[in-house]
Amino acid sequence: MSATAEQERRAAPDGGGRVRRRRSGRRTPVWQWVLRYLLLLAVLALTVGPFLWQLSTSLKGAGEDIYRYPPSLVPHEATLDNYAGVAKIIPVWDFALNSLKVAVANVLTNCLGAALAGYALARMRFRGRKAALVVFLMAMLVPVESIMIAQFVTMRELQLNNTLIGVLLPACIGAMNVLLMRNAFAALPYEVEEAAFVDGANAWQRFLRIALPSVKGTLAVVAIFAFMGAWDDFLWPLIVLSDQSKFTLTIGLNFLHGTFANNQRLVAAGTVIAVLPLIVLFACLQRFFFRGVGEGAVKG
Amino acid sequence: MTTGTARVPRTPGNKGGGGPAPVPPGPGAPPQAAARGRIRPVRRHLPASPWLFLAPGLLIVGGFSLYPFLSTVVNSFTDARTLIAGQYVGGANYQELIHDAMFWTGLRNSLLYVLGVVPLLVILPLLLALLVQGRIPGITFFRAAFYTPVVASVVVVGLIWVWLLDDRGLINAVLEAVGFGKVGFLSDPWLLLFSAMAVTVWKGLGYYMIIYLAALANVPRELHEACAVDGAGALRRFWTVTVPAVRSTMVLVAALSSVGAFKVFSEVYLMAGPTGGPGGEDTTLVMLVQQVGTGLNGRVGYASALSVVVFVITLGLMLLVLRANRKEDA
Repeated sequence: MSATAEQERRAAPDGGGRVRRRRSGRRTPVWQWVLRYLLLLAVLALTVGPFLWQLSTSLKGAGEDIYRYPPSLVPHEATLDNYAGVAKIIPVWDFALNSLKVAVANVLTNCLGAALAGYALARMRFRGRKAALVVFLMAMLVPVESIMIAQFVTMRELQLNNTLIGVLLPACIGAMNVLLMRNAFAALPYEVEEAAFVDGANAWQRFLRIALPSVKGTLAVVAIFAFMGAWDDFLWPLIVLSDQSKFTLTIGLNFLHGTFANNQRLVAAGTVIAVLPLIVLFACLQRFFFRGVGEGAVKG
Repeated sequence: MTTGTARVPRTPGNKGGGGPAPVPPGPGAPPQAAARGRIRPVRRHLPASPWLFLAPGLLIVGGFSLYPFLSTVVNSFTDARTLIAGQYVGGANYQELIHDAMFWTGLRNSLLYVLGVVPLLVILPLLLALLVQGRIPGITFFRAAFYTPVVASVVVVGLIWVWLLDDRGLINAVLEAVGFGKVGFLSDPWLLLFSAMAVTVWKGLGYYMIIYLAALANVPRELHEACAVDGAGALRRFWTVTVPAVRSTMVLVAALSSVGAFKVFSEVYLMAGPTGGPGGEDTTLVMLVQQVGTGLNGRVGYASALSVVVFVITLGLMLLVLRANRKEDA
């Protein structure tokens, strides 16, 4: 693609020299480029700016006026005092650990559970397969918000209220992930497994050794969205958890905001702690995040 | 879903669809020849294997999605509380709901939220996708940066904007400096609701941008070129080429965002407080469900009736959007 574009560019009689060719072959005047980058920078300021402002607030010491005008994005004397301060008021690192536990467990259960179910739906033939598929499809139609009260009652009956297991359980195998995995398995060439069967591999071996390694991409998408979903979730943990020692980060932040709303520096430090791990994860595994949006949206 | 179901392996028995469960072919009659060339699932396994594979998933999905749904419907006809199993009370909860001013406030706010958020989330991400499509230097950085709000928790996003929109926050400081005066973004009930909508839009932009980006990649470039040759300007090309080409994606985005907007909870909860601002003026329907149904003395029965309303309207919104799409097709 780029090679042909290059050839086109060379072949075309170059007019002003200050024009660039787009892939479409039309000339794009310089002012359009400038305009485009100006727009991009404006949107960048709008989307990333608020995060930077929060980071900046969290780094400003007690001696610096955070309400000052004109505002300054760069702290005069950057300090980590607020991070120590927020840890003194609420056990923010314990909250982070709770969030991490739930998120990691959510990744494991979703990957394993969805892969197993997806494999059975895509690769096995048995009475009731369609019914099983319908169960997962129907579950996808039920919004969590409309069943959370019943889930809450169920958790009480199971004595799992106010535990991290209770936070984890309802979403630990997502119906959509099952369908994602099913589609991934169904897209694999069938002959390989046929050959494995001929070689005497049983269903479990075919699943583990042949099918599973071929769907690593989808598995990564499931894993990342499971992690993000659990780490960012707010409503369900808010309902299930009441004891501060069990709080996840989002619930802890809400508590911090409700109790120490006036100390913006501390709240800012708390939010940075909550968001930084995910931004790092996103920066490293960008393409899986984008793939997940595409695959999820098609199914939605 | 479309790509998914297209791949459902079909046996000769259920080709017509429509019928109930397909007739399982007996072990003695392998329809191998008939299904040649189709992707067919491996049938060589123990009869119990598929159910062992499916067990964890079915257990969780059945136990924590479908069963709660059924029990929500059942509970909505009882006066159950968190600690007390209820008695059947017929439609009393639904009758109470009609006379409950808070229900109407919640319903109004949730529906307003849909009206305010959905048009913006259908249009703005499309423009954003047009801005970041193609290969120009640094564009992957911009794409990733625009997606950051999606990655952050709604709690983080809410608190960031609470601080920005605070009476003494950055935005009011700027407004005051340019002589506009302070705006009570978080104190006036109406402004608060609109501020929350703005935050929802801000957080959703990147997500729908990526969906549109995938759709735009499928628009044949020749269409644009032909149009340009005919002398159509950028705006004209947008309306005659881009919009028709991504129309089905717009419907998808409208469906997803309207369902999300109707179920709004966190943004308003964080910005207006747990009770939805002074007098509960900003309470949304899901906030009401949470207020009524949780806690040790939660009115599970009444909250279940509210939940059923949430479910019905969510489903209705989805059908409405999909139907609008079908009509345009005809």
